[in-house]
Amino acid sequence: MCLAIPGKVIDAFDQHGMRMAKVQFGGIVREACLEYVPDTKVGEYVLVHVGFAISKVDEEEAARTYQLLEEMDQLTELLSPVVDEKGNEEDTR
Amino acid sequence: MKYLDEYRDGRVARKIVDEINRVQTKPWVIMEVCGGQTHSIVKNGIDYLLPAGVELVHGPGCPVCVTPLEMIDKAHAIARMPDVIFCSFGDMLRVPGSVGDLFTIKSEGGDVRVVYSPLDCIKIARTNPDRKVVFFAIGFETTAPANAMLAWRAKQEGVKNISLLVSHVLVPPALVAILQSSQNRVQGFLGPGHVCAVMGYEEYEPISARFHAPIVITGFEPLDILQGTLMTIRQLETERAEVENEYSRILNRDGNKAAQDLVFRVFEVGDRKWRGIGIIPRSGYHLRPEFHEHDAEKLFDVAQIDTREPEICISGEILRGIKKPKDCPAFGTACTPQHPLGATMVSAEGACAAYYAYGRHLKKEEVDVPTHSVGAAS
Ligand code: SF4
Repeated sequence: MCLAIPGKVIDAFDQHGMRMAKVQFGGIVREACLEYVPDTKVGEYVLVHVGFAISKVDEEEAARTYQLLEEMDQLTELLSPVVDEKGNEEDTR
Repeated sequence: MKYLDEYRDGRVARKIVDEINRVQTKPWVIMEVCGGQTHSIVKNGIDYLLPAGVELVHGPGCPVCVTPLEMIDKAHAIARMPDVIFCSFGDMLRVPGSVGDLFTIKSEGGDVRVVYSPLDCIKIARTNPDRKVVFFAIGFETTAPANAMLAWRAKQEGVKNISLLVSHVLVPPALVAILQSSQNRVQGFLGPGHVCAVMGYEEYEPISARFHAPIVITGFEPLDILQGTLMTIRQLETERAEVENEYSRILNRDGNKAAQDLVFRVFEVGDRKWRGIGIIPRSGYHLRPEFHEHDAEKLFDVAQIDTREPEICISGEILRGIKKPKDCPAFGTACTPQHPLGATMVSAEGACAAYYAYGRHLKKEEVDVPTHSVGAAS
């Protein structure tokens, strides 16, 4: 669980006073908090760990790392339930 | 993608291995610190590519593994309470405590939820104002900014029904504990890349100097690990001991200052017990006094539970690089990922679990020849 997963920022917005983003990982889109890399723009790639972007990466690095994590079976956290604004679980698949 | 192929190209790996063979004249023991690196090394057979004189030993960098059994039992006791919603990262669900695991507690009616981000707990707490939402905040420095943000937001937004059961550990004090041990064999380290993406590596410099041990901050991809190993051996062979950064495409000496800033506002450093190792001074984060109303250890009166690891388990020595999984008589027999007996078998990033996952408990003739990119090139 200690590895961060690279993804592409496809939307960035403010929510409850926090900089948030929608990040695409392969075929999965999840929300991530951008507070720690606040200058991130849509179209850039970030390393995300448990819902928080911790640094930027370039596209090639992102593609390569993602594939390696997939081979190492290290992407399961992306399949954990999505909790909606009402605190209920949505189905991710 | 061309670059992808080049990077994974076995010829590049072979070049680095040749260079390692050229510069290495004495036997060396090098520890990779991070569980992700351990997993990558065992999966790709990187240790088999290295010359016989270079031994990789596996470090304590798996947060699930080093979470003490007492803490897991505490978590389970809280999760069983009827007014509690217990939230955890998915990795902790199958980790056995003295009795059962979070998964069985859930199947017996406990409200146990897997969260992706600690921030999910805020949404859950708002929707369930009459319930107590408890988050199991485990991890190394990589996870600390996320967990710190939960405590920070809960306090800022006045969400009273959130608390954190904190079991946070820090890498540098663990390296000191390993180097100080009279049994120590480790001469150099592959430092943890994603931990340093957050924290930078300045704090490793005094450790490297004091113990005259090279520390090369390294990624987890096969070529990163080979390159980090080469850089470490170059230092060892020339009697240098410095912190070097193999992973400069991701991190610099400063790390992520914004993340560190919030971590230090929320957490303070204190002693922490590590499963398999024992108490390491000043090796973990605890919530600062301002956050005590969100500190599950202060809010829930859970009796101190006395736990003991099975005597046969040598995970403490494995985590310190003194022994390897195969030295344990229970490895792959009494102890498997389905029935883990000790720290290094409870999570996929633990050394015993990684060895098991890639068939290293089997006899040679039962093992398939590895077909991965790096090994196939040799
Ligand atoms: S195989 Fe199991 S019992 Fe043996 S050291 Fe590893 S975790 Fe402990």
